[in-house]
Amino acid sequence: MNSKISRRQVLKGTGALVVYFNIFDPVSQVMAQVAPGAPGEEPQAAALDSWIAIGRDGKVTVFTSKVDLGTGIETALSQIVAEELDVPFKAIHMEVGDTTKTVDQGITAGSRTIERAGPQLRQASAAARQQLLKMASTKLGAPVEQLTVTNGVVSVTGNGKKISYGSLVGGQQFHVQIPATGEGWDLKVAPDVHVKSPNDYKIVGTPVPRVDLPTKFTASFVYTQDVRVLGMLHGRVVRPATVNSKPASVDEESVKDIPGIVKIVREGSFVGVVAQTEWAAIQAAKALKVTWTTPEAKLPANADAVYDYLLKTKPFAQRPVVNRGNTDAAISGGAKTYEATFRWPFQMHGMMAPSCAVADVQGKKATVYAPSQGPFETRKRVATLLGVPEENVQVIYREASGCYGRLGTDDAAEDAVVMSRAVGKPVRVQWMREDEHGWEPKGPSQLLTVRAAVDASGKVVAWDFLDRSFPWTESGGQPLIASRQVGVKGEGQGALNGTGGGGDTYTFDNQRIVAAAIPWVQAEAFPLRTSPLRAPGDLARVFASESFMDELAAAANADPLQFRLRYAASNQRATDCLNEVGKLANWQARPAPASAASGNIAKGRGIAVCARSTTVVAAVAEVEVDRSNGEVTVKKVSVAHDCGLIINPDGLKNQIEGNVIQGTSRALMEEVKFDGSGIKNLDWASYPILRYEKIPNVEIHLIDRKEMPALGGGEPSIGPIPAAIANAIFDATGARLREAPFTPERVLAAMRTGTTSTRA
Amino acid sequence: MARISLRVNNQSKVVEADPRTPLLYVLRDDLELHGPRFGCGLGQCGACTVIMDGKAVRSCSVAVSAAQNAKITTLEGLGTLEHPHPLQAAFIEEQAAQCAYCMNGMILTAKVLLDKNAHPSDDEIKQALNPILCRCGSHLRVIRAVKRAAGEPVSA
Repeated sequence: MNSKISRRQVLKGTGALVVYFNIFDPVSQVMAQVAPGAPGEEPQAAALDSWIAIGRDGKVTVFTSKVDLGTGIETALSQIVAEELDVPFKAIHMEVGDTTKTVDQGITAGSRTIERAGPQLRQASAAARQQLLKMASTKLGAPVEQLTVTNGVVSVTGNGKKISYGSLVGGQQFHVQIPATGEGWDLKVAPDVHVKSPNDYKIVGTPVPRVDLPTKFTASFVYTQDVRVLGMLHGRVVRPATVNSKPASVDEESVKDIPGIVKIVREGSFVGVVAQTEWAAIQAAKALKVTWTTPEAKLPANADAVYDYLLKTKPFAQRPVVNRGNTDAAISGGAKTYEATFRWPFQMHGMMAPSCAVADVQGKKATVYAPSQGPFETRKRVATLLGVPEENVQVIYREASGCYGRLGTDDAAEDAVVMSRAVGKPVRVQWMREDEHGWEPKGPSQLLTVRAAVDASGKVVAWDFLDRSFPWTESGGQPLIASRQVGVKGEGQGALNGTGGGGDTYTFDNQRIVAAAIPWVQAEAFPLRTSPLRAPGDLARVFASESFMDELAAAANADPLQFRLRYAASNQRATDCLNEVGKLANWQARPAPASAASGNIAKGRGIAVCARSTTVVAAVAEVEVDRSNGEVTVKKVSVAHDCGLIINPDGLKNQIEGNVIQGTSRALMEEVKFDGSGIKNLDWASYPILRYEKIPNVEIHLIDRKEMPALGGGEPSIGPIPAAIANAIFDATGARLREAPFTPERVLAAMRTGTTSTRA
Repeated sequence: MARISLRVNNQSKVVEADPRTPLLYVLRDDLELHGPRFGCGLGQCGACTVIMDGKAVRSCSVAVSAAQNAKITTLEGLGTLEHPHPLQAAFIEEQAAQCAYCMNGMILTAKVLLDKNAHPSDDEIKQALNPILCRCGSHLRVIRAVKRAAGEPVSA
């Protein structure tokens, strides 16, 4: 049994939560002497010691609030630091997501970690290297210009004198201030310190294997779910069928025969059980008789009612993404006009590991282990919930399963805090599968309308795109379930569900792209919680815009790839991606649909291109459609991907493969079903996802742009997948899908009518 | 509560538990194993897979009392960080995961497959692993890893 105490807790002299396993390698032996600042002080961005510490053995510890959500970001950030410091990759150890040890670099989201936190750590590393060279210059009696560094050892050119980083600073602080302005994603650290030219990179740009995978494959990795704390009890939440229900009565007698129950926790509308064992907590949560009130605000009766609501309700926020020329006039004056409406359902993040957290609330202090995307945001919410200053709360990140956006991982932290406070002991909360499917915030439903006009020569002269989406009800610092249940109020109507993908890759003479957020105009909160889901809103917008481009190409009897290149001409990166994906997929120019073949199996190919923030992706899907039953099989997806400078090509390919498979699943199968009384898909049988039997092959072409900054790769490549599949279905069958997912029923209906006729 | 004897990873263990407790919670909470993971508790996802008497079973759906006389192997029972089992080594070689939460089920199910069929085809691998869910989309890499472990050529 080992105890692990943070270096700050050592300094503060406060008691630490004792966790009885070794979380990290024993670098603390070297680190223990490193004082990060005055006792009680939070790490400051302007202190070099807040970012990097070098042990006597030359091990480099990097402190970051950016967390690895299973995407390999810890490995990629380590490559950046090792490269800039000139130390071996294996010398790097990351301390991740502990609010007492790290500077708040903003939440890990939006594929922005490489783009934003990468430069922050690169510049801090370069500042550390500069400082080490200064120290070496004094020690070795040689000017900095004569010094070189290899594997953490500084040498004087010509005379053979050398000294290691470990000998220069090991066990001591730098005590150096560096410039730091802004905060979170926009934090700029030592921006003027000279960094290496990408042409000299030896570690960045190579397929370094992931640091976490060997421990994960041998079960020595510690997920949040594996965190065990001395004296820890087990909690389960007891939740109603819909968000706004409240417990009218709780019959504690109903569980009196279950041994090991510690407490039925009731506070406001929160109901949970705490027990000595998981099994007792599970049984009690299931058996506890609770009568729930019937809420006033019900979910719409079905999907049709949702789309009707989106169409008829006035937006509370509208963001013009592009506004060029006079779109209305150009559409009125067009030789020919086109219009179509597309539908996108609520979808789930579908995390494999239901949400989990461990909290220990002792008086006015709390320690929380949680797989939060934003440990500092969780700290703030927990502090608000407890009514204590933020510095009284320590949030420690531990990885869970891949989450693909904000979801219950943050909620579980609050559940654990409420239950730990109620029993005065550490409590581990584990949501059950029905809690996860029922209460994870969903990706919002969207209704998208596209209009276009062509002139007499057939040129597209006007493009008008409107995305009507529900907002994210659970984003930013909004209080989550447990907080709201105990009375903490949320503010506002939620945030816009992203804006990109509505045809902004192209340039038309007259072009208007608007993303609108539709409010929920009822007295009670929207019954179906919503939040960002991987490439938020982009799948729907790209599905609409790129399907519509395909319709325009078909109307012009043009090859879909050549047609796109014409309007992407001023966008070099999109043009390159289109050309590269065409080569990769052996694209032969011809209009769609393909000429019909005999037999039941129709084959087709479809293309789509889009940009997510600054990353550009083009994809070609090859499908088979069984005309007898409407079943679609995606055989192969080719992807050309440009996210600027590549840090780790294998890690990037891993992300792209995953995006293609998840995107295929969301395009073909996934839809949250509900009626007025609640969500109907509460397990994997009722919310199926893609399995091995339907996995497409994936081929990838990476465009590495050494002259550009490194940009995000975690989610952009999911954007074009549904559109490429829809266009391939059209190519195969001549049927245009305008509603996702592309279920056999919808495909058969589209084949009968020519479209799914969802024109609103 | 009852005293229950288990044979896990070639070691004899005795636990005090309600005999109806699903094996998963005993393995995780009483024996402190991390390999079997809670994913659904419904036998639908495969994250909790263990090998019991040569078969891949869902430990969330087996009462601990029913596992008393069985030979149980968890992911910990295959190999270690220092000495990984050839399957684990192949998964590392192929970098066959993202979050890896589901990989317990993938690796143990592949182990059972390879024990019966040393050189499975792609379709046989897909068929065997089909019940195990993965949300990150690591399927293609897993197939390559299983082929590598079987000594088959692997194309990138």
